[in-house]
Amino acid sequence: MYTLSSKLKLTAIILIVVGAIGLVYGFISTPSNEEELKELLAADAHGEHDSNQVDATVEVEGHGSASDAHHDESSEAHGETAHGEGEHGDSHMEHVLHQFQTKPWSALFVSAFFFFMIALGALVFYAIQYVAQAGWSPVLFRVIEGITNYLLPGSIIVVLIVIFAGTHFYPWQNHELVEEDVILQGKSGYLNFPFFVIRAIIYLIGWNLYRFIATRNSVAQATGSSLTPYKKNFKASVFFLLFFVVTETTMAWDWFMSMTPHWYSTLFAWYVFASVFVSAITVIALVTMFLKKAGHLEFVNDSHLHDLAKFMFAFSVFWTYLWFGQFLLIWYANIPEEVTYFIIRIEEYNLLFFGMIALNFIFPILMLINSDYKRIPWFVIMAGVVILVGHYIDIFLLVMPSTVGPYWSFGITEIAGILFFLGLFIFFVGTGLGKESLYPKGNPFLKESENYHY
Amino acid sequence: MSSHYEAPIREPLVTGEKTYHDISVEVGAPVLGRANKTWYIVFTLALIAFLWGLGCIIYTVSTGIGVWGLNKTIGWAWDITNFVWWVGIGHAGTLISAVLLLFRQKWRMAVNRSAEAMTIFAVVQAGLFPIIHMGRPWLAYWVLPIPNQFGSLWVNFNSPLLWDVFAISTYLSVSLVFWWTGLLPDFAMLRDRTTNEFQKKIYGILSFGWSGRVKDWQRFEEVSLVLAGLATPLVLSVHTIVSFDFATSVVPGWHSTIFPPYFVAGAIFSGFAMVQTLLIIMRKVVNLQDYITLLHIEYMNKVILLTGGIVSVAYITEFFIGWYSGTSYENYTYLSFGAATGPYAWAFWALIICNFVVPLTLWVKKLRRNILWTFIVALVINIGMWFERFDIIVIDLSKGRTPSSWAMFSPTFVDIGVFIGTIGFFFVLFLLYARTFPVIAQAEVKTILKSSGEYYKNLRAKHGDDVPHHAESDPTAKEPEANVKDSDAFMGSTSSEGTSHEATVNADALNLTDTQKDQLDAMLARIGTYNPQTEKSDDLQKLDGVGPVLEQHLHQVGIYKYDQISKLTKEDYELLDEVIENFPIATNRGDWNVQATELKNK
Repeated sequence: MYTLSSKLKLTAIILIVVGAIGLVYGFISTPSNEEELKELLAADAHGEHDSNQVDATVEVEGHGSASDAHHDESSEAHGETAHGEGEHGDSHMEHVLHQFQTKPWSALFVSAFFFFMIALGALVFYAIQYVAQAGWSPVLFRVIEGITNYLLPGSIIVVLIVIFAGTHFYPWQNHELVEEDVILQGKSGYLNFPFFVIRAIIYLIGWNLYRFIATRNSVAQATGSSLTPYKKNFKASVFFLLFFVVTETTMAWDWFMSMTPHWYSTLFAWYVFASVFVSAITVIALVTMFLKKAGHLEFVNDSHLHDLAKFMFAFSVFWTYLWFGQFLLIWYANIPEEVTYFIIRIEEYNLLFFGMIALNFIFPILMLINSDYKRIPWFVIMAGVVILVGHYIDIFLLVMPSTVGPYWSFGITEIAGILFFLGLFIFFVGTGLGKESLYPKGNPFLKESENYHY
Repeated sequence: MSSHYEAPIREPLVTGEKTYHDISVEVGAPVLGRANKTWYIVFTLALIAFLWGLGCIIYTVSTGIGVWGLNKTIGWAWDITNFVWWVGIGHAGTLISAVLLLFRQKWRMAVNRSAEAMTIFAVVQAGLFPIIHMGRPWLAYWVLPIPNQFGSLWVNFNSPLLWDVFAISTYLSVSLVFWWTGLLPDFAMLRDRTTNEFQKKIYGILSFGWSGRVKDWQRFEEVSLVLAGLATPLVLSVHTIVSFDFATSVVPGWHSTIFPPYFVAGAIFSGFAMVQTLLIIMRKVVNLQDYITLLHIEYMNKVILLTGGIVSVAYITEFFIGWYSGTSYENYTYLSFGAATGPYAWAFWALIICNFVVPLTLWVKKLRRNILWTFIVALVINIGMWFERFDIIVIDLSKGRTPSSWAMFSPTFVDIGVFIGTIGFFFVLFLLYARTFPVIAQAEVKTILKSSGEYYKNLRAKHGDDVPHHAESDPTAKEPEANVKDSDAFMGSTSSEGTSHEATVNADALNLTDTQKDQLDAMLARIGTYNPQTEKSDDLQKLDGVGPVLEQHLHQVGIYKYDQISKLTKEDYELLDEVIENFPIATNRGDWNVQATELKNK
């Protein structure tokens, strides 16, 4: 029986408190009007570039950072004429102000979603193991159940953020804008606030309901002698996966793709899924190694770790495949409406954008391709940290360019967001792991799993 | 990898009470025995279709592409549809052999050989279409990057069509190597079992001198793993690049970022449908129901459900994003309201019904385990996946951005003939394969016999997981001695309880009643018994209609000599027909008495 040590608990609480203070600071320190914004821009370390920067920004806006409510939408609708318009100066400052005010929201959301998606991905991995009747993984089931303990708080926070972020994230919620925009009017059957909220609540209920049923049956299986709870879980997992494949798709459209409501890519949802999944598997591996080191998982052997590392490797490659598929097709066809998405990311986030490929593809390939290395814990931990950093950047790049455009930074707010949610994650996962014995007694594949040897 | 503990909840993958020897005999039987009439009929039909297609190809090449139904608007249609369809079918083999190997799915061992063969034959058909479409197929080598003095211009590396050349030829080569590597121990088994000198020589060459030593096996497993690692990205890459043929363009409906993974899922979907179609027939025709069991069929149905589900989500995404984009052109694409109600509505609905509606029935376990229904669904999916490609290509092209150039496509008899020809060619190759190759990876199936065989699973269920496989309870424990009848057993009658029977009758293997045993004794008393001490058994396979399985059965009832056969009466034949499964009818076996007399006197 694992219990969250008081030391770890204290660390988690300190992280939460420090993170919360940082986040509050982030929200308070945003400029509330244009005067403050001008001061801020002047005081900026990059002050000397200011005039250039503004010009460059206009250029970029013209190409379609859709976060810009007025400017960008009209520019997309009217093509190239965007930055020749008259009232441009004023509306530009207004727009920049809006982006600055969005910054803490975005920082909050990136971290909140990053930790939430780990819990969600772990739940999906768990369901897949049930549906596939996998024989190697049941020894890890309680570890995964522990990780998914973060799902409820994590998902509630994320849903609250997307609901209250309003036009900070979702320009289609701006009625004035929609009135001028034929394309957005056409989408309003899907992109409207009530339906958006209803969908978010459906996801929230569906995902958490499965988590509740699955863990309850798993515990029931350990006490009873019949296989009924196992069979119930098998069925629940099938239906959850069916539900998930649809809701994940619409979730990605709702929460991320609609930040730039003119832009669309059919692959987008699956691309987001790849990030969710590989991060979750990585965390499962990390937590397993932590618990094994602490002596709680004597029934987990090297071969289980090897398999987890294989999944980390495989899904890193899979993520890259989808990243490349989306990028290549849009780059190759070079259709103006589509390339805006990558132009802003390459021009304003160059190092992060390409650095992410190195972290998410080249490093995992090099570190994990050798089968011996996949059995060495510290090596897998190293690869895992790289993968997690890489996928944090991936989420950062999903959100930031679409919401704050070129005015991104990585400062107190962003770090505070990570600390806050990391603390919350450690706290909930730790208590989740402590709820039940880590040995999933009664699972019909448990003996096969324990005897598993590659 | 194979002797791992297996949870008792898993259903057995090899049914019946098999020994290692049984596996060799039953897998070798179609190759070492004779073909039946059905095989010749089907082969002739396939050959005729192939020749008809060949005629159409010759007509196309000698006259020009104008004999096809293509027009200015729809410049790609029938041929590329067939090309993508065949390439897609070719995906199941490598998925089973590579991806499922990496996932350690034991059930793949019964189906991988045929799936890989199917892959190779399907890719051959696929490759034909671009080559014919070139118009001058003798210049096909111009697609390769060769220096200009060989006649071609330097190829365009920006073109996805060129990437296709590399992707598909790599895929074909790796699949071929993978297939062959797996075949080595099985070719060696045939080499060692055949009595025909010519076959021995051929299979000896094909098996690369396989000796069955530990070193051979170790290298074999290493190579398999490395090839699986290489082939897995290939499964994804081939259809990804095929999808690039469309998706890199700016044609509405073609330019869609979801195409790469969606095409791959669709390809596996169609590939498994074709595997089902072929194997459901094959397991019956060559008596391999104990190896390709209902469970295998259900597992493949589950793969079909999964990939079909992915494809369905892609359809929904395409449909939704088409609407969401707000682009009016998107309303003419293959998955749109415009397509569902337009002139190609029949093709649209064929796609939806065949690929989405009908496969939904497989969610019901009863239907998933119903062989006839599975077969029907597999056929329907094959049709549906053909329509998917037809819809993507023809519907998307038929209504472009300029309404004045809108057009419809109708195939000519040449189009249809070439397609039928490739189906004929495919079956010609597959039928030849089924008669000359070990259709099940018997060496691999042997490795899972003890962990997943029905007999052993029952043994463990009864006596606990740690039951030793005692000599008296384990049919394989007696091997190889059990194959050579030991001398004591033949010395007079064994003194088992109750009535004693003729010793050369190995009646336990046949599940006989006592009356039948007595009748067999009476028969042997009349035709004479075989004494292994003093006599040598004759090669009964020289008789018409006798293959390895039937020979084994004849041995089981105590018939080893031509002399015995020559004395059989009409009643004896009736008895044999009763006790031996699939005993040939009179017209198929001819007059054995005459044949045996001739052979005896040679």
